[in-house]
Amino acid sequence: MKIITMKNGIFLLVMALLISGCTPGAKPDSETGTGAEGGESGTGATVGTIGEGGALAGSALEGMTISYEKNAINDPENVLSIKTIYFAFDSSEISEDDVEVIKHHGKYLALNSDATLRLEGHTDERGTREYNIALADRRAQSIKKLLLFQGAGSSQITIISYGEEKPEALGHDEDAWKLNRRAELVYE
Amino acid sequence: MNRWIFLFLVACFSQTANAVLKIDITEGIEGATPIAIIPFQWNGSSRLKDSDISGIVSSDLARSGKFSPVAEKELLARPQRPEDIHFKTWRVAGVDHLVIGSVQMTANDRFKVEFRLFNVYRGEQVLGYTFNATSATLRTTAHQVSDLIFEKLTGLPGAFNSRIAYVTSSGKPVEYRLQVADTDGYNPQTLLTSKEPVMSPVWSPDGSRLAYVSFESGLSAIFVHDIHTGEREKIASFKGINSAPAWSPDGKTMAMTLSKDGNPDIYIISLQSKSLRRLTKHWAIDTEPAWMPDSKSLIFTSSRSGKPQLYELSLDKSSRPKRLTFEGKYNASASVSADGKVIAFVHGANNSYKIAVLYKDTRVMQVLTDGVLDESPDFSPNGTMILYASQHRGKAVLAAVSTDGRQKQRLALSDGEVREPSWAAKRN
Repeated sequence: MKIITMKNGIFLLVMALLISGCTPGAKPDSETGTGAEGGESGTGATVGTIGEGGALAGSALEGMTISYEKNAINDPENVLSIKTIYFAFDSSEISEDDVEVIKHHGKYLALNSDATLRLEGHTDERGTREYNIALADRRAQSIKKLLLFQGAGSSQITIISYGEEKPEALGHDEDAWKLNRRAELVYE
Repeated sequence: MNRWIFLFLVACFSQTANAVLKIDITEGIEGATPIAIIPFQWNGSSRLKDSDISGIVSSDLARSGKFSPVAEKELLARPQRPEDIHFKTWRVAGVDHLVIGSVQMTANDRFKVEFRLFNVYRGEQVLGYTFNATSATLRTTAHQVSDLIFEKLTGLPGAFNSRIAYVTSSGKPVEYRLQVADTDGYNPQTLLTSKEPVMSPVWSPDGSRLAYVSFESGLSAIFVHDIHTGEREKIASFKGINSAPAWSPDGKTMAMTLSKDGNPDIYIISLQSKSLRRLTKHWAIDTEPAWMPDSKSLIFTSSRSGKPQLYELSLDKSSRPKRLTFEGKYNASASVSADGKVIAFVHGANNSYKIAVLYKDTRVMQVLTDGVLDESPDFSPNGTMILYASQHRGKAVLAAVSTDGRQKQRLALSDGEVREPSWAAKRN
């Protein structure tokens, strides 16, 4: 199944509002209806399903397939093959594209209740080691919240924060740092 | 010696032989008190390893930043007995103090170490001691001599006859080691080897145990490890992070950071009953607790203002945490001096991280180091120096800076990376 998702960030906007404490009934304004392109939804009430049965356009995820079958996580064409989420310095905020990716992982977990995920939080080497343990924990926690929002079970997810202890790249510059400020989704 | 014990010692030695920390004094001796340490007289058979007591004392005193020992080749004379000392000569040379001594072999592996400290201007002995030692205790005896001289001349307790702990990593795949060594880097011993990260070692106040974080089970947990018996106790292994252990001054409780309730916050655990008390409850990151010596408050790092800054939290919770640092966008990882007057911490600005101190009364802040990635400051027990982790030529090394910032030194491993130093209050 090839899919389309929205080309702007309406879904994300709604997610952000929900997460930040707005009530689900508090719909964004009239722009909401224009969110999906070829998708089956178009109202604030159904934005949570944008992407299903469509095809992504104008997004970094364009062309990727979506399915939530058991072995979909091993398919390099599937959006679930994206298992690393990157962050800005001293931030646990998730970018819009990555919210989309995490949404699919959340649905996968919801539909495969025997699947378990290990969420590993990491930081770059700057700043203190213990602060970085806390920061990486928050990165993993913010992903976990999105997964739960899609119906994943809390018991399916284990968080481990490594802080700066397990860098992916070993350099001492932004080229290395940007690869190290990450969270990894590891299916067990 | 029992053959098996001998083999065991050989095995230990070969295991750690490559891991000795090499110390280089990198900056600043001006302002230090000149002292002449005459090579100690040796009375015995062939010279033993570690029998150079005067050499060890000399390098201890130089490392403190408070003394500048006269280089051995520049010594004007080498008196062996008190009556041989010609005080006027040393006075003219501007030497304030002079040390003589001897090491005498009294039986097989039995030594008598004697030293005398003289005030050159008054022309009199101010200190003199005799110790019994074996070849295994010659180095610690030398550090005791250093402590006595330091204390006599500065009024501050010496901190040489103690231990440091640190974490090393080397190899591929990486192997992490928790090691303890003498304060000059000698006699390194490995307490723990793991394929998973080991972090944040910190000495119990009596110097007999280490608390640290280990990921050996795949998840983080805080352990307490008795360095003599090797016994370990798992203190905390809650869901989420178990990190930043900090012993209370009486050694009975430990502050730590847990995220079991959803967010990194500071808790105190009783080491005996294991009862847990939550101290902070904030949406921001709260971590890196450090006890004030009176046990009435904790210094900690919090991002509640948006960026990490240091705060002080009164343990009776009579008031809200008080913010202590305002300069710069990143101030974290506090270590408090034993008198509670100075806080050392990591100060980040313009993408570089340096060690700074904050004088608690006056709120004056001073940046002490010029590294780009300096971290993990830990005060020496007498508050005169700060041990920290740094980078040198792309490699992780330990370094020390005097609290006034004048003197710096580097402690590097010949092989591998070394970080997260902790200086024991005493040798136990």
